[in-house]
Amino acid sequence: MRPIISVLSALVLVVLAVVPFAAPWLQFVLTLAMANGMVALGVAILLRAGLISIGHAMFFAIGAYCIAFLSRLGINEFLVLLVLGTMGSAIAGLIVGAFVVRYRAIFFAMLNLAISMVVYSLIAKMYSVTGGTDGMALQTPTFLWIPLEKPGFDHVLYYFSVALMIVLGYLVQRYWKSPLGYALSAIEGNELRLEYLGVSARSVLLAAYVVSAALSGFGGVIAGSAIGHVLPDFGYWITSAQFVLIAVLGGIGGAAGPFIGSFFLELLHSASVNLTDAWNLITGVALIVVIVFLPSGLYGLIRKRRRSAS
Amino acid sequence: MLGLIIPLLVDSLTSAALIFFVAVGLTLVFSVLRVLNVAHGSFYSIGAYVAASLCLWVISAGLSPWLTFVALLASAVILAALLGPLVQSTLIQWTLGKSEAVQILATFGLFLILEDLQRIVFGVSSIAEDTPMTLLGVTSIGSVTYLNYQILLIIAAIIVVFGLRMMLVKTRIGKLLSAVVFDREMALSVGINTKRLFTFAFTLGVFLAALGGALAVPTSGAAPGLGAETIVLAFAVAAIGGLGQIEGAALAAVIVGLARVVAIYFAPQLEAVAPYIVMLVVLLIRPYGLFGNDQARRI
Repeated sequence: MRPIISVLSALVLVVLAVVPFAAPWLQFVLTLAMANGMVALGVAILLRAGLISIGHAMFFAIGAYCIAFLSRLGINEFLVLLVLGTMGSAIAGLIVGAFVVRYRAIFFAMLNLAISMVVYSLIAKMYSVTGGTDGMALQTPTFLWIPLEKPGFDHVLYYFSVALMIVLGYLVQRYWKSPLGYALSAIEGNELRLEYLGVSARSVLLAAYVVSAALSGFGGVIAGSAIGHVLPDFGYWITSAQFVLIAVLGGIGGAAGPFIGSFFLELLHSASVNLTDAWNLITGVALIVVIVFLPSGLYGLIRKRRRSAS
Repeated sequence: MLGLIIPLLVDSLTSAALIFFVAVGLTLVFSVLRVLNVAHGSFYSIGAYVAASLCLWVISAGLSPWLTFVALLASAVILAALLGPLVQSTLIQWTLGKSEAVQILATFGLFLILEDLQRIVFGVSSIAEDTPMTLLGVTSIGSVTYLNYQILLIIAAIIVVFGLRMMLVKTRIGKLLSAVVFDREMALSVGINTKRLFTFAFTLGVFLAALGGALAVPTSGAAPGLGAETIVLAFAVAAIGGLGQIEGAALAAVIVGLARVVAIYFAPQLEAVAPYIVMLVVLLIRPYGLFGNDQARRI
């Protein structure tokens, strides 16, 4: 089974590497898919603990707005923006997480929703600061202090995102295999027993929450840079729910799941855009079909196929 | 002073009444089926579109304009009869007993589907139709003027609060519902047909949401994106009141209505934030809501 996975991953990498040359129009779509996948990966971390957050778009939006403000201040190096934007999201995650990790189940979902709606409404209404519903435009940043034109930057951003996706995916996989990661699954299994073992469930969750917020920040910075414009809708509850959708669609069994879900959704979107504009209808039906017939997501489907083949 | 307080009160109660119809349906469905329906707001917006179209038809057919009131009520009844049992038996019944994540996602899928169906059927333009409002006219007390339609909305909401409570306490089906809410397995084992009750409760929820949408048409019309806005507001109200609490939802609706209108009067840019700040404060202090208990099961 191992070699098959390696071959498959290598194949995916080769395809990703040639996309900008073979199908240039896909480059932007895939960059966005990777950005969304990072946020969905963050959501998937919390889903491991059985917690569903309908509010992670706020960290996505915070990451994106952070770089918009920094860019206004004249900071224009992509790597600096990436670090600072992600830190902004992580700090926001620490503050919000300190409150919400006390709650479980529906109350956790509701609180995240409430906080994200406060953030969204503030961004949308503070016209003088955030540009209101018009959003804010971003300058094309430099990369490693090398000034680039927009098409060149998009190219670099694409390859950078591929690399970042692999690194983040690997790190999250490692995190899930660490004691802290197993404690996460234990919270879903039996929180009381975990506490009896002397592990603080709240600390475990707070760590997970900050990590997931930081991942959302990465996604926000990349999406903001790729689009070149940030909008309040980045933080709307529908965006939050889309991230949960991507995570579950892909399957939360491994770090690859959210990215599979994200690629699948973006490609489906691109493919159907010429045929119909009933995009939400297709997504809704796809979502219901997946959760009814494939409880472990698309990733689970691939794994099952492979297991029966080998 | 009075010239400020009375309009403020009337406006807040009107705003409270409209959101109450949606929130109470949400809370009712949650307490009976234990499903948080993300698509609930779509019934509100579809209700608004159906009612607006029906009213326009009544006017264009040259019928008595008073029939628009019948049209408002009829559209909610028709929508509930068509969508309630259909959605309940296909999707909602399947989600029963599943984890919250699955329930929220399945109903989010339904939300996406309904949003697009609404767009395909009614288009992306908004419909304004204020005949019922202008028919009722205005009342002036001294320097204070308010719309009579606002009073009608408030009365309708009060009727729903008492009607629901009376139904639960006095009627057979209401008592059965209370039994199912209190202990579903016990209810099943003494031979109550829970599936029929679920369909009834869900359809009633759809009716209330659609009624809210229909009654909102004369004041604010029907517009795309209404479903998404309404559902988060209804979540806020239902959560503040305590999920599953009818009177809680009523009180929470009044608080949220008041918060919004006070914000509109004194700091308009905060209007959209006000309900969520109230929700946040309440949930941080009492996560089960004002009237809720830690089981969040009572009706």
